[in-house]
Amino acid sequence: MSICKPYLPIAIGTVNQKNIMVPVLLLLVPLVSGLLTFFIKNERTAKAWSLFSAIVTLAVSLSGIWFLNKPEYLQADTQWLPMLNSRFTVSLDGLGQLLCLLTAVSFPAIFIATWNRSYPKANNFYALMLLSQAGLMGVFIAMDALLFYFFWELALIPAYFLCSQWGGERRIAVTFKFFIYTFIGSLLMLVGILYIYYHTADQSFAIKSFYNAVLTTKEQGWLFWMMFAAFAVKMPIFPFHTWQPDTYEQAPTAVTMVLSGVMVKMGVYGILRWLAPVLPSGFWAWGDAASFLCMFGMIYASLIAMKQDDLKRLIAYSSIAHMGLMGLTIFSTTDIGMQGVMIQMFNHGINVIGLWIVAELIERQFGTRKLSELGGLAQKAPALAILLVIVALANVALPLTNAFIGEFLMFTGIFTSNVSEYNYIYTAVAGLSIILSAVYTLNMIQKIFFGNTNGLTAQGKDISWNEKLVLGLLVLAIVGIGIYPQPVLDLTKGAVDSILSQMITKHP
Amino acid sequence: MLFSGLFIKSSRGITMTAITGMALLVLASVLDFQGINPIEVNVHGMLAFDSFGLFFNIVAFSSTLLYFLLSGRDVERVGLHVAEYYGLIFFISAGVAIVSSFNTLLLLFLGIEIISIPLYILTGSDKRNLKSNEASLKYFLMGAFSTGLMLMGIALLYGAKGSFFMDQIQLGTTQLTPMISAGLLLLLFSMAFKVSAAPFHFWTPDVYDGAPTVFTSYMATIVKAAAFIGFIRLFEGSFGNLQPQWQLLVAIITAATLIIGNITAVFQQSVKRMLAYSSIAQAGFMLFALVSLNNTGKEGLVFYTAAYCLATIGVFAILLKMKDYTFEGFNGLAKHQPVLAATNAIFLLSLAGIPATAGFMAKFYMLSAAVNNGKMFWLVIVGVLCAAISVYYYFRVIQAMYFKDGEPQEMQISGRFKGLLIFTAAAIIFLGIYPQWFIDQLNAIFFVI
Repeated sequence: MSICKPYLPIAIGTVNQKNIMVPVLLLLVPLVSGLLTFFIKNERTAKAWSLFSAIVTLAVSLSGIWFLNKPEYLQADTQWLPMLNSRFTVSLDGLGQLLCLLTAVSFPAIFIATWNRSYPKANNFYALMLLSQAGLMGVFIAMDALLFYFFWELALIPAYFLCSQWGGERRIAVTFKFFIYTFIGSLLMLVGILYIYYHTADQSFAIKSFYNAVLTTKEQGWLFWMMFAAFAVKMPIFPFHTWQPDTYEQAPTAVTMVLSGVMVKMGVYGILRWLAPVLPSGFWAWGDAASFLCMFGMIYASLIAMKQDDLKRLIAYSSIAHMGLMGLTIFSTTDIGMQGVMIQMFNHGINVIGLWIVAELIERQFGTRKLSELGGLAQKAPALAILLVIVALANVALPLTNAFIGEFLMFTGIFTSNVSEYNYIYTAVAGLSIILSAVYTLNMIQKIFFGNTNGLTAQGKDISWNEKLVLGLLVLAIVGIGIYPQPVLDLTKGAVDSILSQMITKHP
Repeated sequence: MLFSGLFIKSSRGITMTAITGMALLVLASVLDFQGINPIEVNVHGMLAFDSFGLFFNIVAFSSTLLYFLLSGRDVERVGLHVAEYYGLIFFISAGVAIVSSFNTLLLLFLGIEIISIPLYILTGSDKRNLKSNEASLKYFLMGAFSTGLMLMGIALLYGAKGSFFMDQIQLGTTQLTPMISAGLLLLLFSMAFKVSAAPFHFWTPDVYDGAPTVFTSYMATIVKAAAFIGFIRLFEGSFGNLQPQWQLLVAIITAATLIIGNITAVFQQSVKRMLAYSSIAQAGFMLFALVSLNNTGKEGLVFYTAAYCLATIGVFAILLKMKDYTFEGFNGLAKHQPVLAATNAIFLLSLAGIPATAGFMAKFYMLSAAVNNGKMFWLVIVGVLCAAISVYYYFRVIQAMYFKDGEPQEMQISGRFKGLLIFTAAAIIFLGIYPQWFIDQLNAIFFVI
């Protein structure tokens, strides 16, 4: 097998010598089924097929955490570009497992929640969705800088086509802005990667060599900004965020869920995996500046969110605020804070998908997203009201919800951090942003659900079985993690320890 | 060999002969590369057939073959003298072979002229079109001027060194005498003209726009690539030791080319003109190889030319089928011609340098070479910013094809043409995902020999 196809990039013959490789499967299942979906002409078949594929991916991802949680199943390594010393190295550690799980959970949830929506050329839509899933998986499992960059870009291309083809009125211009923003960031990162590559001892793109690369503090300083540009655009962090509200608003909601639920985590992931441990001196030297950007963005986004009348834009700005908090915590580099970031990445993913489902629902039923035109829905749609209130409370990080655990850990992290002398200010501002988030979230609930029904909402119906199912499961996860977060914390503990110890060893 | 097909009456037959001839040329160059040459010719050391040049020959001839296969039909449509067109292209191929393996400045000059003079004719081959005539004249005048510069430069170098041979010129040039530096500058300028680097690029858009589109495709790809190979051979062979003295100048030319090419391309309304400017922009990227002048750069240049030729020939082949060359002309193509649109999208993505296409690996190589060189870091930043700008105009075509509605156009697309396009697109993706195959070939060049 391996002899007859020596030129295949993922020479399957060399990969499955003995074992089933979880990361390779995570990549291949959506990739192959996505490519096949292009050729399924029937819409229902395409839907069912992609849902099936997404569930298989989820099963693989879960098995990687439970049954096959041994190194020999979680790593794969084969030749790719020996000339450049870049290998096809993929592996899953706690951080990767968590984010792959998030990706794997999101897609079935999205497919089920948007089951009733029909798209023109549905086969292309679902094919591109699955391809973007493959790209995301690739980002989270790649342990080789060039491979990482490869997937980083590949995840973007399907998203570009999805938004431009099926989005709202201003979709082309808005998506284009999004694309150019991220592309510039990515290219700067590529230059950074190349520079580090030439300073590794063995001229290799492997993550180990990157961790051991010797760079002066000054070099690390500007390299930090080049890499950070890419991640900050993705997250997004103020002032690189301007693409985000427009794109979220214009993209078809299924894609917005992918973007905000999973894709923004690529930025956080990038900082955790490729920035902080590789350039710790630069990271700490510029930590305060970056923290300030995060902090400013948090408050700024929260204030704007309070003023929004459009439901989608409100959620978009709230998302910026939450990502800012995560960024702030990462730069405080404490063990407990990092744990908070890990669990919060997962939490934010499922919470925001919950919010988008509701936004989509309301828009489809009433044809408007304006809060001022809604009201009194609680009488008409009690199930929806209960479910949304729980998701919204999670957005405010109330105790017993998953976000409480995450934000509590993050706050503790920021407060106890000894990296910066401004940590008290950071904590205070972060606290303020939580209060603001309560203001705009509760305001949103009030405007949608309470008050009197008007002409528009009088005919409101409750949600259908599939939305109930997804929202119910999400709520279950929210409360479940809120009460018993230990399994998730255990999952990522090893990853957090290794990131921090790597940073400390490398920093002189 | 060069005169094959000159006397056959039916134009279809001529195309077939040309294709066969070019296939034979490819075969011959592959054999040459493997070290098998059936005919020995004594060249008195004027030509040095090293594997770098030979490999480039394979790339150039294969691209030409692909070009014939894809656009042969359109060559037939330009005018009545089909055989002449092919004959001229074969002349140019001979010139390409000389430029890729010259060892003395005289032969460089000869090669460049063998390439240029048929091109002047091809540019003006659409005799009834005023624009074509104008372009031809413009090209001829500017070309003659730059040839003059080149001759003068060669003469000055000969005066300083007493030899035309590159290794003789190279020897011991640590001191720059005024004569050498003047010769070097003149050569630099004339070569920059040939590869359409700024500020010597002004002829390019007019000539590319005016020439019949089939020949623009040829000019923008193979000819340009050949000029680049000549450029880097000359500067490495003759002035490699002097690199610190001219590096900054070339870097400035590179930056100017990138910026002017990319920014002007943004404002174009015609896809053909946009491609002309984009070819200037791509030339800027290829100049990275010259600035850094290391093995990564040289390898990258060959890779870049292959990737660039594949994609550009493809885009032009599709453009030729369009009635309307503006961006609006592409509106709604995806609906009516899904194969054309999909392959065109892949070509454009490759030109823009998106991963999983050959264009990404090519750009990656160029950036890598420049970062490796280490001195011109600002240039790398200019490069990536310009790459981002280039996304803008390449994606405009994709947007038009996929996201806008347009009138269906009547097009006669044969199954063979579609098959070839798919083959080209597959080759681009193959090179993008697994460039190792290509790199292995290059490896052999730099590490075995």
